[in-house]
Amino acid sequence: MRLELRESVPWWLSLAAPIMAIALSLLLASLLIIWAGESIIDAFRMMAIGAFGSTFALTETLSRAIPLTLTGLAAAIAFRARFYNIGAEGQLYCGALAATLVGTGLMDLNAFWMIPLLFVAGALAGGCALLLPWYLKTRLSVDEVVTTLLLNFVILLLVSYALEGPLRDPMSMGWPQAAPIIDAGVLPALVPRTRLHAGLYVALAAAIVLWLLLRFSVFGFSVKALGLNSNAARHAGIPATRTLFWVAMLSGALAGAAGVSEVAGLKGYLTLDLSPGFGYTGIAVAMLANLHPLGVVLSATFLAGISVGADSMGRALGVPSYIADIMVASAVLSVLIGLMLSRYRVRR
Amino acid sequence: MESLSVNPASADIASGDSVAPILSISGITKRFGSLAANQNISLSLHTGEIVALLGENGAGKTTLMNILFGHYRADSGTIEAFGEPLEQHSPEDALKRGIGMVHQHFTLADNLSVLDNIMLGTESLWQPFSRRSVARKRLQQIMQDAGLNVNIDSPVRDLTVGERQRVEILKALYRNVRILILDEPTAVLTPQEVDDLFVLLRSMASRGLAIIIISHKLHEVLAISDRVVVLRGGEVVGNAETATVDRNQLAEMIVGRAVERPCVEARPAGEEILALRAVTVRDRATHRIILSNIDLQVRSHEIVGVAGVSGNGQAVLASVLSGLCTPDEGEFLLQGETLKKPSPRLLTSKGLARIPEDRHTDGVVSEMSLWENLLLDELGQEPVWRMGMVLDRRTARQQACQLIDEYDVRCHNEEQPVGLLSGGNMQKLILARNLARDPDVILANQPTRGLDEGAIATVHSLLIDARNRGAGILLITEDLDELLRLSDRVVVMHDGHMSESLPGAGLTPRELGLRMSGAFDNNAT
Amino acid sequence: MDILDILISASFWAATIRIACPLIFATLGELICERAGVLNLGIEGIMTAGAMSGWLWVYNGGDLIGAVLFAAAVGAMLGLLHASFTVSLGLSQHVTGIGITLLASSLSYFIIKMLLPESTSPPKIVPFQNIDVPILSSLPFLGEALFSHTPLTYTAFLVVPIIMYVLYRTPWGLAMRIAGENPVALEAQGIDVIRVRTLAVMLGSALMAIGGASLTISAFDAFYFGMINGRGWICVALVIFASWRPGKALLGALLFAGLDAFQVRMQQQAGAYIPYQFFLMLPYVLSIVAMIIVARRAEYPKALLKPYRRGERL
Repeated sequence: MRLELRESVPWWLSLAAPIMAIALSLLLASLLIIWAGESIIDAFRMMAIGAFGSTFALTETLSRAIPLTLTGLAAAIAFRARFYNIGAEGQLYCGALAATLVGTGLMDLNAFWMIPLLFVAGALAGGCALLLPWYLKTRLSVDEVVTTLLLNFVILLLVSYALEGPLRDPMSMGWPQAAPIIDAGVLPALVPRTRLHAGLYVALAAAIVLWLLLRFSVFGFSVKALGLNSNAARHAGIPATRTLFWVAMLSGALAGAAGVSEVAGLKGYLTLDLSPGFGYTGIAVAMLANLHPLGVVLSATFLAGISVGADSMGRALGVPSYIADIMVASAVLSVLIGLMLSRYRVRR
Repeated sequence: MESLSVNPASADIASGDSVAPILSISGITKRFGSLAANQNISLSLHTGEIVALLGENGAGKTTLMNILFGHYRADSGTIEAFGEPLEQHSPEDALKRGIGMVHQHFTLADNLSVLDNIMLGTESLWQPFSRRSVARKRLQQIMQDAGLNVNIDSPVRDLTVGERQRVEILKALYRNVRILILDEPTAVLTPQEVDDLFVLLRSMASRGLAIIIISHKLHEVLAISDRVVVLRGGEVVGNAETATVDRNQLAEMIVGRAVERPCVEARPAGEEILALRAVTVRDRATHRIILSNIDLQVRSHEIVGVAGVSGNGQAVLASVLSGLCTPDEGEFLLQGETLKKPSPRLLTSKGLARIPEDRHTDGVVSEMSLWENLLLDELGQEPVWRMGMVLDRRTARQQACQLIDEYDVRCHNEEQPVGLLSGGNMQKLILARNLARDPDVILANQPTRGLDEGAIATVHSLLIDARNRGAGILLITEDLDELLRLSDRVVVMHDGHMSESLPGAGLTPRELGLRMSGAFDNNAT
Repeated sequence: MDILDILISASFWAATIRIACPLIFATLGELICERAGVLNLGIEGIMTAGAMSGWLWVYNGGDLIGAVLFAAAVGAMLGLLHASFTVSLGLSQHVTGIGITLLASSLSYFIIKMLLPESTSPPKIVPFQNIDVPILSSLPFLGEALFSHTPLTYTAFLVVPIIMYVLYRTPWGLAMRIAGENPVALEAQGIDVIRVRTLAVMLGSALMAIGGASLTISAFDAFYFGMINGRGWICVALVIFASWRPGKALLGALLFAGLDAFQVRMQQQAGAYIPYQFFLMLPYVLSIVAMIIVARRAEYPKALLKPYRRGERL
């Protein structure tokens, strides 16, 4: 078997990969539903209703899509440069921690200043969380996958310490949680009586800006060349270390912003279960979108729908909601094959 | 043409005599897409015979041997070895039948010992133990018989290129091959090492080994082979006893039409534009000196050739001169200015262009389009980058189309991924990217490796034009013909040291060869 | 004197050896994969799946040895999945590994939830019991520290020389090492690179799964959510720390286990002054430190991460 680059990839073929991935993960999910003894049609119908069937469901899905878009973008930019940042989970918590430090009474500004300030603080914290892996990769060629993964655990323990120690809210009656973000820092709700908040705009803006950056800027071009062939890029004079620095900062910043939007938008205060693995799911989001920033928005919404839908199905039927994670994981794997088939032609 | 039988069908009869051949290939055809790499090729081989498969790059020699060895499957045709047909075979089957191959790029694992490398694949994979002492004894016996000597316990990375080649041959002998294929075995050797290799091949042939040697070098073929088969464009165009062939006819047959390689006319060199003064580089990990006290000068209007067996520091020299590696000691001057911290980008902005050694890994990003690849060197330059940052895709494409036309890069369009281009066109694209900005210095590292004769001529004339326009060129190459034909001056590298420069005119390969094996180098051990 | 007290207690050394058991299995597993040229980041998920399936086997009335074999089979199947992506198709080893980790762990949790929908405290099984080695176990200090462990723990230490033998003294081990150094050399000798690598990944994954299972059927007696807790990633770091050598991998695993055991004991003594989170952080932080220490002289298998496609570059 030989693989040959295709001369050009028609648009329908580049859509084929995610569609195939979705189809395969639905198939796997169907098998599990059958095993659980429920009707496939019922189960998927309940998932769809739970995710998109009402205003409430829709806002739930969208508010879950916000952090997923941001972590998805974090993975997309990093993976484009072949900088495998698997630490978005940790960077998310760093962002949330920074927002908590700044936003719980350290200073009192009006919302116009406070909200951007929270995002800047969170983004900086997220970016800085990637400094060590960046340094180790570029200077000592230590694999960034392992360092970012391990740092996730370190950061989570730090947060746990903060929540049980210095940052514990005295009013929390012993629960490990931080004081709530002050009112000026809370992201306004978009639809009354739902959890959907203005973080949505932040996520959408981030996607558009990242898209423009990657498509039209010197930086975007460097990232692309570096990701596809770092040797040739270096030979041609693209500064690898510096470009990767900005990739790391951007990636960490996006993940950090996800943390800010969760703390300041959804929950209102920092807890240890702020993220049910948004950082890891972000990888799936990015892969499903073929690392395209605008595609990330779509795939984040889709995967958010699956997890919200699976939750509500899990409550109604005897199918554990872990099925959502399984679908996400199988989508990551099958999209890899789909992408290969769309980019290459298989010859015997 | 009397002495050459042009008809492949009658070739067997001409050489067949009364003894049956141990290998006969007939009617082999192999297509890659629309390209016919092999067309109806027939060939035979007898015990103790050395047959040369001659032809330029891309003539189909390597494809044919890969089919014989089982790497590729032929579309049609038959192979018969030792009287039995060989069909749908794998390399394993070929080896079992006694056919061994020494690839042009050695297939050795550097970090493992010679013994490990040789034993690989000689025992059943599922055997729960390895008979190393038996293997060692047998190997020593084989080395003694063949007059070959290598330290079988040293890791391959410590061996010289010539020794590695001997390990490859030993690998084949250890497996009792009776037919040995050597793909361009002399490409990496000094002329003296080539002589040694030929003596070895002769003595092995006299003990009954049949050898096929693939080469594009006429003089070597004439020196070693009993019979020569010429391939061109995937077809056999000649097959004759070496003793009976006329050298000039053969030369013409290889090329088909006469392609003139351009020559340089002598010209007074201009001012110094690039210089290394006492440059020393140490290996990052081992701190061993890999480039020692190098003095080098390149002036405008001249081509300086760097000769040397591969692995003697040329790659390090190239990476210093491309800005990828900062010297530990010494000075790097470009246009009279000392560069403290050279980087590829800085060098580009100071008028240096580079043609990297390996097109695929260092030259192009194969998944990116032609127009994108043409931008790689100078990101942020007007007019393609408005305000130095925003990509104007339309201008970029237009500019690319111009360059593609100007340098005659054959492609469908500028959107096509570069990975689909042929080697020659890929190299033209790299030249276009580098020469379009009229550089003052060009670092050309193996600029014609693996190209066919037509593309080589194009590359040479582009380089000569650049020199005539005033550029200074540093040409690193393993092809001595190319080196001697193009260079105004020649320097030789050995073990990280560099010789004094010699005038290119009147230099012979033999003189160069002596220096390549370190004759100039007092520190050589 | 607190530290000395810990170091001279036999229970500390016994705990070290107990904690090292899963690390040894999984590190050797990862080492085998990487020696053949495949980075297996599915390790975390494969260990989870191994822990779940080993436990499940016993929970359903199976015997303990069967549980180990079952976990190994599950691991090998996941390894086959990994290999068909990364070896046969040559897809990204990073993404595939992460995907397998997500898939294997979510599947394991799904299965547990399916079987035990209501249970809040995980049901316990009867795990491997400690076996006292006759005579030796009655030695003072050493007896308790070294010779009173479960059979699976003894096996872990036995596996190290076996892997060493296989890697360095058998034709298959040679083929595997060359697959990770220069796969073209294998092809040129008529050996199928895809097959060698696939088998290596399967074997390695089986070992990882046994490592996971050793947690549920030897060290503990139940399956908890998130019980692997980054152990897999630590093993990936350990392989680098060990410079891809089985002997050093054993040493690294013991070092880390010792640290873990030490950390737990220090927590009890110094917990008053230093928050326990900082003790828990130690293994992760030290894994990173370990990688930094060896970074400069790390000699990666040359073909690690490089997919092999037949007929290329020949």
